[in-house]
Amino acid sequence: MITAVAVLTLLGLALGLMLGYADKVFAVEENPIVKEVESMLPGTHCGQCGFAGCGGAAEAMVRGDASVTCCPPGGRALAQALAERLGISADLSGMASEPMIAVIEESLCTGCCRCYRVCPTDAILGSTKQIHAVFADACTGCEKCADACPENCISMRPEQQTLDTWHWPKPAAA
Amino acid sequence: MFNKLKIRGGVHAEERKEQSTGQPVRTLGIPPRLHLPLRQHAGKPAEPVVKVGDRVKKGQLIATSTGEDVCASLHAPTSGTVTAIGEVVAPHPSQLTTTAITIESDGLDESLQPGEQLDPMSLTPAEIADRVDQAGIVGLGGATFPAALKLKSGARQKIDTLILNGSECEPYLTCDDMLMRERGEGIISGARLIQRAIGANRIVAGIEDNKPEAIAAMTAAAAPYADVLVQPIPTRYPMGSAKQLIQAIMGREVPAGGRSSDVGALVHNVATAYAVHQALYEHRPLISRLVTVSGQCIEQPQNVEVLLGTPVSWMLEQCGSLSQTPARVVMGGPMMGQILHTTEVPITKGASGILALANPEISKTEPSPCIRCGSCVSACPMGLVPLEMARHAKGDDFDGAKEFGLRDCILCGSCAYVCPSHIPLVHYFQFAKGELSSQRIQSRKGELTKSLAEARKARKEREEAEKAAAKAEKAAKAKAAKEAKERAKAQKAEQAQATQAQAAETEATDAPANEESGS
Repeated sequence: MITAVAVLTLLGLALGLMLGYADKVFAVEENPIVKEVESMLPGTHCGQCGFAGCGGAAEAMVRGDASVTCCPPGGRALAQALAERLGISADLSGMASEPMIAVIEESLCTGCCRCYRVCPTDAILGSTKQIHAVFADACTGCEKCADACPENCISMRPEQQTLDTWHWPKPAAA
Repeated sequence: MFNKLKIRGGVHAEERKEQSTGQPVRTLGIPPRLHLPLRQHAGKPAEPVVKVGDRVKKGQLIATSTGEDVCASLHAPTSGTVTAIGEVVAPHPSQLTTTAITIESDGLDESLQPGEQLDPMSLTPAEIADRVDQAGIVGLGGATFPAALKLKSGARQKIDTLILNGSECEPYLTCDDMLMRERGEGIISGARLIQRAIGANRIVAGIEDNKPEAIAAMTAAAAPYADVLVQPIPTRYPMGSAKQLIQAIMGREVPAGGRSSDVGALVHNVATAYAVHQALYEHRPLISRLVTVSGQCIEQPQNVEVLLGTPVSWMLEQCGSLSQTPARVVMGGPMMGQILHTTEVPITKGASGILALANPEISKTEPSPCIRCGSCVSACPMGLVPLEMARHAKGDDFDGAKEFGLRDCILCGSCAYVCPSHIPLVHYFQFAKGELSSQRIQSRKGELTKSLAEARKARKEREEAEKAAAKAEKAAKAKAAKEAKERAKAQKAEQAQATQAQAAETEATDAPANEESGS
């Protein structure tokens, strides 16, 4: 009995050490920053950046192949945060200053249901032959619906300001 | 005792208060139309409980606070008909609209029947808080935080002192001063109800020493009660800020990011205490307030009691003609008030004053570069470094501004008031605070859309799996049906065979019988 316990314990220890050693020596190189950047991105995989989903874009950004400004749904705030995380300076001048959201022109909508099927965040409500509507709170402005609409009745507009979102603009420089 | 009575920093602006204290408070009449924004308090908008076309009586609930959220109810200020529930221009510098209930008054001013009469002092703390909530009372000093929530949280914490804020440190404004002079007993009675609701040991009414009449009136009103003390405090802006007032009266500093209750104090404005008195003793919800009408363009500066929802333009007309076109109209005080671009906006619960200012009263000096003189640092009552905060805000480095204490900034304007370069420091801080809050909104939205996208992905996968399962099931069913059919066929064949065999058998058995019969 004692021999059996000793043998198994020794076996376990030896195998465990071997595994630990192998984990160190044959470790797969994975950039932790890619994971972090991916978690910062919207995660809707809209494809506006030209990469296969947010994971692809994150990899490209970390490699330096993509600009941090390539994500329109994230807007300026995201670009700034990404630039800070990656330690690079970003040229934000080309970006729209405010996030855009989709708006459906109700007089043209035929209720074809194509837009809500492609929406990555389920931000469109509608059913067959009923006018569709966009939940502004859930819309990332990925433009997938605008591309899918056969009536061309979806346009992108800046989010409407409310008393909650309005704030004083920057004072004119002294 | 008096060595405690000072605050850090602060300024002493020209008071300009005596213009509007010359005559007693005048109660204005009923305007033809009242607009009551659903949100005139800090928090979520109230939920309307009336429809367009409904007739309402004075004091009737027209919008209710929404459960556990930070919210306050709204009542009809007079009798009339609800003519619209829609967008009106908000009393806000953005000129954006807000949802409001519009009431066309009928001039009858018919009130609801008052409820049961009982001594409010016999109510439990929770009942007092509930009644304050039902009356829609909010902090009338300007912050408009629902008073009932403050009472409820005060009851949970250990509060030793209830401070009545009668400092009214903003120049021009005298509505609290006049209220204390004329209705001191009501204020003390309301304060004693608040004291009961939060279980405080004592009440201290802090009044700036530039209001001797108010101090005398309040002292007389407080005389019967041993635990109510009227404390004159030095006149120095921003003494009316809760943190500064606590420091001046109790000598304790509220920690950064903390609340008054952390140092065992709760601050309520004198007007709020008076509203509590009116709600519990007179069964009158918050439907009117005192407003100071002043400024060089007003011929007769005065204090008026107006119904909530009264258009500012109508109110100004009732106060006599303007002596000249105002260069700027401000709601609130000149230091922290909001610029109004139009007077077609309603009076709300937080409107302490309407100032029609002429050109000499407002500074329009062009800003020049910062000379790093440090005047703003010594003026800041919160002990911050305004010049550094502004420098970072100017360079869009909001996190840098946060490191210099942007979150603790109370936007009092003392720094901008003393700045020799006329730099719009508060404007920079408003801008930076706004940017930080929109960043917060954006990141919250990001989290929401991400979870939505993940939920959609999960749903799609589930649907795929279900489809596949359904397909497999269908196939299995079809197979089973086929098999059953085959089995049935085989069985039939078997049966047929069996009957055939049986027939043959019977034939066979019949035959010998025939044979037998034949034989």
